[in-house]
Amino acid sequence: MSALRVCTVYPDLLGTYGDGGNGEIVTKRALWRGSEAELLLARSDESLPEAEIYCIGGGEDGPQVLAAQRLIDDGELTRAVKRGAVILAVCAGFQILGTTFPDASGAAREGLGLLDMTTRKGEGPRAVGELVAECTSRDEGGLGLGLLSGFENHGGVSLLESGVTPLARVLPGRGVGNRPGDGVEGAISGRIIGTYLHGPLLARNPELADQLLRWAMGQEELSPLDDTVAVALREERIASFRTR
Amino acid sequence: MSKLRQRFALASLKIVNGLSRRLGKGHGTVAGGRVGLRLDPHLLESLGAQRPSVIVSGTNGKTTTTALLAAALADGGGRVVTNQTGSNMPAGHVAALAGASTETRAVLEVDEAYVPQLLAQIQPRACVLLNLSRDQLDRMSEVRMIAERWKRALALSPNTTVVANADDPLITFAASGGSHVVWVAAGLAWKEDATGCPCCGGRIAFALGGAWACTSCEFARPESSWRRHDSLFVTPNGEFRAVLALPGDFNKDNALMALCAASVMGVDEASSMHAFAQVADVAGRFVSATLDDTNVRLLLAKNPAGWSALLALAEDDPDPVVVAINSRVADGLDPSWLWDVNFAPLRGRRVVASGERWRDLSVRLRYAEIEHETAADGRDAVRLASQGGKSVDVIGNYTAFNDLVKLL
Repeated sequence: MSALRVCTVYPDLLGTYGDGGNGEIVTKRALWRGSEAELLLARSDESLPEAEIYCIGGGEDGPQVLAAQRLIDDGELTRAVKRGAVILAVCAGFQILGTTFPDASGAAREGLGLLDMTTRKGEGPRAVGELVAECTSRDEGGLGLGLLSGFENHGGVSLLESGVTPLARVLPGRGVGNRPGDGVEGAISGRIIGTYLHGPLLARNPELADQLLRWAMGQEELSPLDDTVAVALREERIASFRTR
Repeated sequence: MSKLRQRFALASLKIVNGLSRRLGKGHGTVAGGRVGLRLDPHLLESLGAQRPSVIVSGTNGKTTTTALLAAALADGGGRVVTNQTGSNMPAGHVAALAGASTETRAVLEVDEAYVPQLLAQIQPRACVLLNLSRDQLDRMSEVRMIAERWKRALALSPNTTVVANADDPLITFAASGGSHVVWVAAGLAWKEDATGCPCCGGRIAFALGGAWACTSCEFARPESSWRRHDSLFVTPNGEFRAVLALPGDFNKDNALMALCAASVMGVDEASSMHAFAQVADVAGRFVSATLDDTNVRLLLAKNPAGWSALLALAEDDPDPVVVAINSRVADGLDPSWLWDVNFAPLRGRRVVASGERWRDLSVRLRYAEIEHETAADGRDAVRLASQGGKSVDVIGNYTAFNDLVKLL
């Protein structure tokens, strides 16, 4: 197989929250297993390259609107989904994959429509803090990967429609997720994963990173890596709720 | 009544500050200030509005620029009051001002979130705006929201001269709300938060040399009459060579901003430069101390822009290095920003990951393929790094740094 291409989408617009780590992590995990892989940083003044995995991060309201416009005009991301590419989108990046999302004034803007979801400005305080959620099961269309750990920081609230499955269910009292009261976090549809979780997400959840790789490389089995510290980090973060 | 209330609030503030200093519970600034503000909500206004004052804000360089500016004003003659311990919220401001007569000039470092309040309540003669980039995203607003609030507040403070870094589009946008603006080309090494145009939402393009312009609207870098070629500072009043005790290009930029602000306050450039040369220690930053026979050089970096500047400075340093990361409220609760920092300059040095979030740092370094060891405790980390050797660099974010300063 030719080299795996991992693309971090518009780090100059959607790079505010440290989610750029996700692209770096997937790429390294492929390289460490002896596969050829390259990380492409696609800035917003370039056209989006062809890739097998796209990582999109969080950003501010204004740049988010600009990023959505550019991605719609560019068209590559939508074509990539049709080719079976994998997408991991976080926070502002997650919101723009839906049908609509709010700009800084709260007005609805057109998203890419890759996830059956709408986002609006929340009325309450921003959801800020550690979150722990259990992945939805494979039977439901989820990943069945156990617990996810991450840090949410968002003012928007997202409503999932019938065409998508929640990525995970928030453990009671351990975070907000898509919308206060719904108890669900993120969304999954085929090989598109959306989430509010920073950390970055794949630093704390190496199993999820490997799931993206299995899809992109068409391999069921991946050789094991030493994730001792990542597992320690993940356990410490999950346990931090108990000691608060 | 209000006079009486003010006197009572001031007396209480001083009692609490004296107590907290004697009990060793801290620098004795914030606690007393809080009590004072609780008793008299107008205390900041009554303490600050009469005196000539300057406020300094921005993501990076606040404390150093404040120290340089205070030194320049003090050197020019007369007393100066400043919040030297980095207590940069209103409780710290009233505590500092309470210790000086109402005519004493003030130089105040101000947390980004409190700039509008300070502008409204003390109507400073000058407002120094350094730069804006991502920092403590769980507590602070995103930088465009901060810039917007500054712009609105400056429009309501017509007697304030804004000393603004024209190389930063977000600062330029904020300063455009002011009635009098002096533009300073004070550099912008970290451009990752500046691409989206704060005016129209378009895209800002940077040219080599730092000029910038929006590709969709008229917004572009203003002409600066204050700039520098390395250590040669060019001003409307002539050229001056800077000899600083503080390291790094970022401190030259801070000095250029302080030089301009001092000039607005009536201090001539030659005396300011003389004062700058004497400033070697800013709240324990950049200083060396000894721990268990090891010479420890202390360096503080709080956010991606700060880390990038500091790691560039440390590039050719062969000494072992301890990197310490906490995530308390004052640090920001989410250390995801570690992934914005290029740690490659540390490769090849002996590295120890420390602090309460050593695991996050260790995972980050592993993916950056930088060999390292780990020790949660600061003293253990310094021992592990030094291995009986002579010198160790310690880089920490805010509370991790302060913990280490206390240790030494």
